[in-house]
Amino acid sequence: MKINPEFFPLTDLARRFVDQLAQCRRLKLGVLEASEHHVLIELPYSTELIGYPNTGVIHGGVITTLMDTASGSAVVCSIFDKYKSLELSPTLDLRVDYMKPAEPHKSVFGFAECYKLSSSVAFTRAIAYQESIDDPIAHAVGSFMRISPEMVGEPFRRALMGEGE
Amino acid sequence: MSQMQHTGEMNVKEIVKKATELNDFSHLLEHVPYAKFIGMEVARFGDELVFQLPAKDENIGNPTLPAIHGGVIAGFMEMSAIVQLMVFMQTTKVPKIVDFSIDYLRAGYHRDSFAECKITRQGRRVANVNINCWQTNRKALIATARAHFLID
Repeated sequence: MKINPEFFPLTDLARRFVDQLAQCRRLKLGVLEASEHHVLIELPYSTELIGYPNTGVIHGGVITTLMDTASGSAVVCSIFDKYKSLELSPTLDLRVDYMKPAEPHKSVFGFAECYKLSSSVAFTRAIAYQESIDDPIAHAVGSFMRISPEMVGEPFRRALMGEGE
Repeated sequence: MSQMQHTGEMNVKEIVKKATELNDFSHLLEHVPYAKFIGMEVARFGDELVFQLPAKDENIGNPTLPAIHGGVIAGFMEMSAIVQLMVFMQTTKVPKIVDFSIDYLRAGYHRDSFAECKITRQGRRVANVNINCWQTNRKALIATARAHFLID
């Protein structure tokens, strides 16, 4: 099923943001949809990411990277929607609870939302899942610091806005 | 090779034993693709294990600083805790992560990072581990984390 991109107007912004991060390119993280409320990212399976060699299960660190990226993107989208500006919010803390191992040879999806944006901190929650969001692999809550838009830097701002493409 | 895949418990025990005998714990990391993926290493100093994550372009998150992706730092610290548990508890399986909580204290710049772990409490089934990560100065931590693992 093709999803109407008009429902998720910030997909391109989130995609450009994630594509700027070298580690995310290496993990082949793909933004599927993004709005002012949420971001959904796909992490494809790769044997390079195995953390448990006997079972082929991917490493928890990869799930953490997916959750951190999805949550961070949700913050970028939320700030962009509310203030029409770009901020780069570094992670203050992140707590990940692992419910069950990710099944090998299948993508993992990371769904994140920024549920509170205050003047200096953004709060997020995220779920990693494979078949259904009601049968999660992991849950995460995080907080991100807000820093002024000037800190973003002109080249990065242009890259995020898709200028000069 | 087929034996390695089917008798997982033996395998881990053998690998830990061999690494301890040779005093070379890099042997442990060689069996974990993700450890190679981020490029981490380990060295032993007396009774202590110190983990190292050499600077690597592909581990970058924030390109403007540039800084290591927070998720990579977390993955590095989590893997450090796993190896610490395997070596000091002589586990027969790879410990399974239950939860992981990380505080980012400073930007992790594009340079070598180090980690050390402390097993705070080890019960029969669950172990609690504290992990500290720094770059140029051991006292200026870039991140600190605590995690629970299933070890049975």
